[in-house]
Amino acid sequence: MSETTAAGVEYSRVAEIKGPLMIIEGVTKVSFDELVEIETSGGERRLGRVVEVGYGKAVVQIFEGTTGLAISGTRAKFLGKTMTMPVSQELLGRVFDGLGRPNDGLPDPVADRFIDVNGEPMNPERREYPTSFIQTGVSVIDGMLTLVRGQKLPIFSGSGMPHNILAAQIARQASVVGTKEDFAVVFAAIGVQYSEAQYFKRSLEESGALRRSVLFLNLADDPAIERIITPRVALTVAEYLAFDLGMHVLAILTDMTNYAEALREISAAREEVPGRKGYPGYLYTDLANNYERAGRIKGKNGSVTQVPILSMPADDITHPIPDLTGYITEGQIVLGRDLFRKGIYPPVNVLMSLSRLMKDGVGEGKTRADHMEVGNQLYDAYSRTQEVRALSEIVGRAGLTGIDLKYLDSGDIFESQFLKQSNDENRSLEETMSRAWDVLSTLPEGELTKIKEKNVRQYYKGNK
Amino acid sequence: MVSKGRIVWVSGPAVRADGMSSTKMYETVEVGESKLIGEVLRLTGDTAFIQVYESTSGLKPGEPVIGSGQPLSVLLGPGIIGKIYDGIQRPLEEIAQKSGSFIGRGVATTPVDMKKKYRFVTSLKKGDEVSAGSILGKVEETPLLTHSILVPPDHRGGKIADISSEGDYDIEHVIATVEKDGQKSELKMYHKWPVRMPRPYAERYDPSVPLVTGQRIIDTYFPIAKGGTGAIPGGFGTGKTVTLHQIAKWADSKVVVYIGCGERGNEMTEVLVEFPHLIDPRSGRPLMERTVLVANTSNMPVAAREASIYTGVTIAEYYRDMGFDVVLVADSTSRWAEALREMSGRLEEMPAEEGYPSYLASRLAEFYERAGRVRALGSPERAGSVTLVGAVSPSGADFTEPVTTHTIRFIKTFWALDTRLAYSRHYPSINWMQSYSGYLEDVSKWWKENVSAEWYDLRAESYNILQREDTLKEIVRLLGPEALPDEEKLVLEVARMVKIGILQQNSFDKVDTYCGPEKQLKMVKLMVNFYKEAQKSLKEGASLADIRAMPIITTLLKAKFEVPDDQVAKLGLIDKQMIEQFQKVSGREEVKVVV
Repeated sequence: MSETTAAGVEYSRVAEIKGPLMIIEGVTKVSFDELVEIETSGGERRLGRVVEVGYGKAVVQIFEGTTGLAISGTRAKFLGKTMTMPVSQELLGRVFDGLGRPNDGLPDPVADRFIDVNGEPMNPERREYPTSFIQTGVSVIDGMLTLVRGQKLPIFSGSGMPHNILAAQIARQASVVGTKEDFAVVFAAIGVQYSEAQYFKRSLEESGALRRSVLFLNLADDPAIERIITPRVALTVAEYLAFDLGMHVLAILTDMTNYAEALREISAAREEVPGRKGYPGYLYTDLANNYERAGRIKGKNGSVTQVPILSMPADDITHPIPDLTGYITEGQIVLGRDLFRKGIYPPVNVLMSLSRLMKDGVGEGKTRADHMEVGNQLYDAYSRTQEVRALSEIVGRAGLTGIDLKYLDSGDIFESQFLKQSNDENRSLEETMSRAWDVLSTLPEGELTKIKEKNVRQYYKGNK
Repeated sequence: MVSKGRIVWVSGPAVRADGMSSTKMYETVEVGESKLIGEVLRLTGDTAFIQVYESTSGLKPGEPVIGSGQPLSVLLGPGIIGKIYDGIQRPLEEIAQKSGSFIGRGVATTPVDMKKKYRFVTSLKKGDEVSAGSILGKVEETPLLTHSILVPPDHRGGKIADISSEGDYDIEHVIATVEKDGQKSELKMYHKWPVRMPRPYAERYDPSVPLVTGQRIIDTYFPIAKGGTGAIPGGFGTGKTVTLHQIAKWADSKVVVYIGCGERGNEMTEVLVEFPHLIDPRSGRPLMERTVLVANTSNMPVAAREASIYTGVTIAEYYRDMGFDVVLVADSTSRWAEALREMSGRLEEMPAEEGYPSYLASRLAEFYERAGRVRALGSPERAGSVTLVGAVSPSGADFTEPVTTHTIRFIKTFWALDTRLAYSRHYPSINWMQSYSGYLEDVSKWWKENVSAEWYDLRAESYNILQREDTLKEIVRLLGPEALPDEEKLVLEVARMVKIGILQQNSFDKVDTYCGPEKQLKMVKLMVNFYKEAQKSLKEGASLADIRAMPIITTLLKAKFEVPDDQVAKLGLIDKQMIEQFQKVSGREEVKVVV
């Protein structure tokens, strides 16, 4: 952090305003990334950040946008520090705006510390490898896409699909299991509609988790550039709660697509060479700087588990935002339009979904010895079902072999008994596993090639 | 002649400084009052364009920039093995001790413990001639690895004027004094080498020995040779990292350098947690005793990510020069290319495809050319190799994007990961139709001499089944499987068995994670025999349904994890059962008795 005078230096020679950027001339002693307070001729104040400085000029990115700013009469005060977030236990139960200022009519919380919102990279040598299973009560997640404490597992959704309902269900049910441990929910709304944020808030309220939550709301009609800061302040608070106060934090960021679009807007205004679809070449690094703020640290109790939500433009998983996200996160839960149309909740397209840390969170001593194998076999069977379904559309059921028909049945049972559940149904792991074996037992025993003999003998319910 | 200048401009990791007229290209510099490390990328007049390896937040014009006179270098000596470094060889453990769980800035560290004592043994004596690259003596770096102390490759050589006798010394101790033309120079247990310059060697050999990885689809179908190059491109979730971890774990090389270049923090932690507990099947020692990690995760500064590849490959070449086989895996070269793109953008260079700089291809070529099997410089004569395997993360799993297309030009083994296979949980999801190996002929001699003379033919026969299936699949897609004659349906059935029983391999299963060459060969042989026997039975009138119902099929599919490597003989038993069951199916039992 910069050590210049805290009082700040004022300048008024604004040379240019374009898009979200303002260029100020004649500056000295301004540092890169410094926080700037802008005052308009009318006395209104806005915040900004130095994105480039040199040769007497500073390029400042204004979070609240530049609408209404004038070349003359606007003054910029360089605050001599980078952007920080005041943190303390009092943050729990509070609601803030997208820049971390109180939004609930209550006074500023008393700060225990001020933390740079950009965070610092966690030293991989000091990370604790995530291995604790989180029961979410959602069969498809617990059985096939296990969430592990300290993991970052995004939900890839599309417009209109129930990603918020699923995220809220995870937040409610995951926090109930093992209630003895200190948990907290950090929720960052990034450019979402009022109703979506409200749904989430109500859901936390009803389960009694709101007083253990911190909410950051940048709604659809709030300034777009502010969205660059929203996940950062939220994750700063999450890290504080986890590693200073020892809580298990579930951080939900919705919707990261809006975040990436704000980033693109600034990049375009700075006339940078674009990468794919106009997004800046550093989109991957920038997203990683947010997503990597999850995990556990050796010798500390708490953890940050991240569930970012993003909507895939036109349901396209190869779009740069889901694509780069998938390269950073530890798996992905993909919602499928077909299942959604069929009325199945949660409409998780399991074949495209994955939890990379599942292997480390399940198995003997953690959940059940057959957990991983059953998960793999379900994938295998359902993928075969999809092949057979495609085939039956061409040749009809009559052209299918006996075993193909069995796969068709197992797929239907999988969707109706295992995948489908209601959004307030909290299934135990035993129930999830039992339902999984129901699905697998519709297949002949010889088809279960991914499961060890002894587990088949113990759990298989079909005709031997 | 150390240059001292002032910062005039800052934007992200890019800094411009004035007053730098005596600076050289690629020199390392200390930037600002917090002494951040940077490297000079361009010189215009007395302005230097610097990429900074740490976060520049809070840096301002007017702060000092001080040159070091040296290009970016790594320290090479005992103590490297088992360490985890950042992209510019700073040990992460030491950084953690100084700045806590999160990585601070401007932390000064030494790459290895300068005070640790090693037992030095030598057979050289005063008056012996040594040249560049010669071995001065040896120390035990880990129980798995005897480290040779080398004369630096750029040294003039000469007569030994003085050499330490056997004893315990720290690496700063002058181990030998060498004299040439009346000039003496002192040699320590370590030397420095600039990372962007390949270390020289005496002669290059053709790669001919396979790198045995214990992964069936790699070793049997698309092998890589020691000293070879390979790339593994794939969309997210296709298992690049798991495959690279498998290679790092089980490859039969002496040293493994693992570069986590712009990837997940937890993946590096996984290696750190797992490797000390994993036992090398050949030496019986923990794998960490042969491994070096270079970790520049995705949220660490982007410029150091660019350097991490070079840091890693220079360390690999150093161990090669001792006469070892070294494997370097880089995950992922795409993130390195992106770092290159970001700096290029800030230098305001004219972009080529997708914003990447026009020199992307030449940089990739330079990197992969650092692989090879060579005769090292100096005496005694010894051969070592560096095998390079790079992951590529094509955007949108599109193999026509620039990093993938350029990489393919410079490598010989191509393992194409397939998103569709990954979706059906076929792991490793290496597509057997798209992948290839340029080393197949080169390594077949080794297989013939060391495993079995049948290797080449068995591989070809089993691969042929997969190829036929690929053609038949088109017909099935249009007409359904019932449209095929039994003989072709059998091909589909056996192909399915080869896919599940051989190509699929579970990295997380205790037995299946490593499959030795002998077991690989026997398993392939079982499948080929099954196919031949089944063909025979069909001709003799057995029905396909009967063959499909044979219990041996399940046994064959599960053999990979039910038969451990040290009980390969059990596979012979399975072969016997198979023959018996075929006799039953085709009603040959009585015939057999009579004969």
